[in-house]
Amino acid sequence: MNEFLPSAIELSYLVAAALFIVGLKKLGSPATARNGNAIASVGMLIAIVATLLHQNVLNYEMILVAIAIGSAIGAVMAYRVEMTAMPQMVGLLNGFGGAASALVAVGEFWRYITSIDAVPVSETVTIVLSVLIGGITFTGSLLAFVKLEGIIGGAPITFPFQQPFNITLLGIFLAGSAWLILDPHQPWVFLGLIGVSMVLGVLFVLPIGGADTPVVISLLNSFSGLAASAAGFVLTNNMLIIAGALVGASGIILTEIMCKAMNRSLANVLFSAFGSAQTASSGSTAGVTGDQIIRQIDTEEGAMMLGYAKSVVIVPGYGMAVAQAQHAVRELADQLERLGVEVKYAIHPVAGRMPGHMNVLLAEANVPYPKLYDMDDINPEFDRIDVALVIGANDVVNPAARHDKDSPIYGMPILEVDRAHHTIVIKRGMNAGFSGVENELFYQDKTMMLFGSAKPVIEQLVSAVKEF
Amino acid sequence: MANGLVIGLVVFTLATFIGFEVINKIPPTLHTPLMSGSNAISGIAIVGALLVAGDRNWQLTTILGLIGVVLATINVVGGFLVTDRMLQMFKKKEA
Repeated sequence: MNEFLPSAIELSYLVAAALFIVGLKKLGSPATARNGNAIASVGMLIAIVATLLHQNVLNYEMILVAIAIGSAIGAVMAYRVEMTAMPQMVGLLNGFGGAASALVAVGEFWRYITSIDAVPVSETVTIVLSVLIGGITFTGSLLAFVKLEGIIGGAPITFPFQQPFNITLLGIFLAGSAWLILDPHQPWVFLGLIGVSMVLGVLFVLPIGGADTPVVISLLNSFSGLAASAAGFVLTNNMLIIAGALVGASGIILTEIMCKAMNRSLANVLFSAFGSAQTASSGSTAGVTGDQIIRQIDTEEGAMMLGYAKSVVIVPGYGMAVAQAQHAVRELADQLERLGVEVKYAIHPVAGRMPGHMNVLLAEANVPYPKLYDMDDINPEFDRIDVALVIGANDVVNPAARHDKDSPIYGMPILEVDRAHHTIVIKRGMNAGFSGVENELFYQDKTMMLFGSAKPVIEQLVSAVKEF
Repeated sequence: MANGLVIGLVVFTLATFIGFEVINKIPPTLHTPLMSGSNAISGIAIVGALLVAGDRNWQLTTILGLIGVVLATINVVGGFLVTDRMLQMFKKKEA
C-alpha cells in the first residue's frame, strides 16, 4: 500500500491535468463552455483529494477547517457579485491565487532554514522567483480591485522618476536574491524581498489607466498561473507546474488579443501609460477648436429616430456597465423589434474593464449571443445601418483613430459608427474618455447627443417607443 | 534536486505549448468566462498549500500553509462557481 500510494497520487494528478486541458478546450465554444468548466472543477477535486492522501499531509482537522472557511467565502462571493462587478471579482481572485502561491514558497523557505543547514541553490532560486511573481500578482491584483471598485480613481497615477525607481527596486531585489543564494539563513533579507515584490506589484498597476484595465487584468491572470507554476518548481510538483502553465498561456493569449484590439504593444500599455496624461492633454487641445457645435436631442426625438429606423446597432461601453443599464437596453431592443426594427449589438474587444465584459452583461440581460457582433463582422455593415446607438462608449468609436496621426489613439481599430446614417450618443456629459482624448464623432453633422445617465435615459426611450 | 528542476522545466514548457494550442481560438463572447475559469484553475496552488500545511508539528510553515489553503480555496470555489453562474446566462435563443 505504501509503495502504491505515491504512484496513485501522481496518476491522479495526471488525470486532473488531462481534465484541465479538456475543460479549457471546451471553454472555447459557447455550446460546451459550461460543461468545460464543470470538467475542470472535477479535475480540481481529484487533485485536492489525491493531495490529502499524501503521507506528509496529516493535519486534517485544521485543513478541513481552512477549506470550509475558504469554500464559504468563495461561494458567497460568487453568488453575491453583480455581473457589472465581474472585473473586480476576477481581479480579487487572481490576487488570492497569487498570495497562496507566494505563501507556499515562504512556508517552504522557513521549513528549509529551520530544518537543514545547506539549502540547495536551485531551491533558493525557485523560492525567490515564486515570491516575486506571487507577490506582484497579489498586490497588483488588489490595487486593480481597489481601482475598479472606485475606492481610488481609475486615472493613471504617476510620479517623477517612476521608471528609474522601478528599475532600482528590481536591482535591489536581484541583489537581495544573490545574497540569499550565497547565505540562505537570512530571514530579514528574505522578508525584505517579500516587501520589495509587493511594492513592485503596486507600482506595476499604479500608472495604468482605466481604459487599459482589460490588458492588466489579463496579464495578472497569466501571472497567477505562473505563480502557481513557480510554487510547483519549489515543491517539485508537476500538478502545479502543468496547471499553472496552462493558465499562464491562456492569460498571455488574452493579453495579446487585448493589445491587438488597441493596436499597441504590451510594453506600450505597461510603460507608456506613464506619460499618457501628458500626451492626452496635448492631443485634446490640438484636436478641438472652440467653434465646433454639438447637436443635442431629447428622448422623444431619440425614440422617434429609433422607432422609424429599419436597422439599429447598439454599441455598449463602460458607461452602460457603470449605470447598470443592460436590462433597460434589452427592453429597448425588445420594443424596437416589436416595431420591426432590426437590432444588433456591436462589441469592441476592449469595451469595458475586462475582456468580454459587455458580453457578460448582455447575457445577464438575456440577450442571445448570436446578436452580438465582433468588430470585424459589423464594421462593413455600418454603411447600411440607419441608427447607431452609442451607450457610454467613447474611445472605441472615435474616428480620429483612423486619420489623426497626432491622436494618442491613432491606429486603434474602432467601431465605425460614424458611417451609419445617424448616430445617437448617450453620455453623461462632454468629458473626454479615459484616454483623455476629445471625440470628434460628437461634433459631426450626423451625430445627435443625448445627455444623461444611461439607465434613466434608456428607460425614457423605452416608454417613448412603447407609445408608437 | 537540479534534476528535478530540469524535469520541471520540460513539463512547464510542454504544458505552456499545450495551453497555447488548446486556447488558441476563443470567441470574444467567452473571454470573461475563460478568464474566470482559468483563474479557478490557477487555484491549483491549493495543492501546494495543502502539502505545506500538512505537518502536524505546529510551526510558522504550517500556519502560512493554512492561510494559503484558505486563500486558494476562495480562488477555486469562487472561480468555478462564478464562471458557472456566467455561462448559465449565455443563451443562443430567446428563452
